[in-house]
Amino acid sequence: MSFNRKDLLGLEHLDKTEIQTIIDSARPFKNMFTRSIKKAPALVGKTVVNLFYEPSTRTRTSFEVASKRLSADVVNIATATSSVVKGESLVDTAKTLEAMKADIIIIRHTLAGTPELLAKNLNASIINAGDGFHEHPTQGLLDLYTMYEKKKKIEGLKVLLVGDILHSRVAKSNIWALTKFGAKVRVAGPPTLIPGKISELGVEVFYNLDEAIKDVDVINILRIQMERQQENLFPSIHEYVELYQLTKERLAKAKPDVLIMHPGPMNRGIEITSEVADCSSAVINEQVTNGIAVRMAVLYLLAAARKGENYVHSN
Amino acid sequence: MELLNYKQIDNEIEKLANEILKRNSDIESLAIVGIQTKGVNVAKRLSEKIKKIKDLSKEIPFGILDITLYRDDLHEAGADIPTIKDTDIPFDVNNKNIILVDDVLYTGRTIRSALDVLKDFGRPKSIQLAVLVDRGYRELPIQPDYVGLVHHTKNRICVNMGNEISDSDKVYVENENGSL
Repeated sequence: MSFNRKDLLGLEHLDKTEIQTIIDSARPFKNMFTRSIKKAPALVGKTVVNLFYEPSTRTRTSFEVASKRLSADVVNIATATSSVVKGESLVDTAKTLEAMKADIIIIRHTLAGTPELLAKNLNASIINAGDGFHEHPTQGLLDLYTMYEKKKKIEGLKVLLVGDILHSRVAKSNIWALTKFGAKVRVAGPPTLIPGKISELGVEVFYNLDEAIKDVDVINILRIQMERQQENLFPSIHEYVELYQLTKERLAKAKPDVLIMHPGPMNRGIEITSEVADCSSAVINEQVTNGIAVRMAVLYLLAAARKGENYVHSN
Repeated sequence: MELLNYKQIDNEIEKLANEILKRNSDIESLAIVGIQTKGVNVAKRLSEKIKKIKDLSKEIPFGILDITLYRDDLHEAGADIPTIKDTDIPFDVNNKNIILVDDVLYTGRTIRSALDVLKDFGRPKSIQLAVLVDRGYRELPIQPDYVGLVHHTKNRICVNMGNEISDSDKVYVENENGSL
């Protein structure tokens, strides 16, 4: 098995074999979760830093749990209480962390490309935990892993992404990974929330959810980012709910074995009804469990690749 | 250089099985765990042999164990990263007498790691080590409870066998150039 990357910045530049290596490595980690002691010493003595410039509960916690289950030491930096508020630059903050011998820095930032900037300037391994509208690779990987686990293969699978594609880094990482594995990806949402050039990535665009939903194997519902409501990209929440909410009635038009996914956090009653979120086709909580396994795999592979120091630097 | 042919392998496994039974009269508490990957094959054969000798109708609790995440040389792995294989111990290890099985015992580091893995599943009553071949050159204070062949060598020993007996089974010492 070989994986010689210093960083995980996105899924766009990983090839299919590398993604497959991560997915395959995640399964033994998931099996660990049923043991009485859910911990292995693989990352003993390593320091992992969570550097989050945006609010996050599940991703940060998931990385923290994943690191701890591998026996790494974890440091969480909440930027609101750090020197960032004193005006320290991003690279300086990260270099300070590196001087404290951080081996892996996990970064979330509002600006696309921030993880890449750090990767170029630091020797520590950088993991992108979401950068602007660009990518959220570990979410893409855990979505892929969940589909793989439930549907046994990705090739030929019809996957529908619903909602705010424009602002969604989850959608982008999903599209990069799924198309590499030969899935047929559809997106559905209001025209103002679907980037014009998205079809160039090999996805089919629908503006009518009822049409898009027919014969798909997986529906991945994206969060409506309420904080962007003031940009007036759709007339009203009410109208969005009317046209794009996943309801029991809409779901009746889909295949009976359709898989329902959501990266969280959910706005119940907006992009998805509570009834659908809690139905037996929904695997939203399993996604959270799988997220830990996938992040353990990423941490393990990056940490093991560091030993050789002959990895490919990010371009 | 060939050390054991298929018949001799079977004889060694029978010997191991008898010795294990001599020390473990309580069959109910017995469990077998094979270390990935070749130790699993030896463990499977051993389990079948014990079943046959005691004429048991039910299976002996059986587990497989991968030590990758517990290795002490992970920090030197470099670009060729060891693949994590399955660990599956589908029974409660507490109060069991566990026979830990590997194909070849050498430095003892694999066994050290395997003991760490088992510890994370609970507290067995005892752990006993059975190996098909002892190659010598230990680096840790670990010794087998049951051993088939003893052959001290610095060269690699290969064990060619699956879960079922076959006349192509063999155990041999690899020469420095990697041939038979």
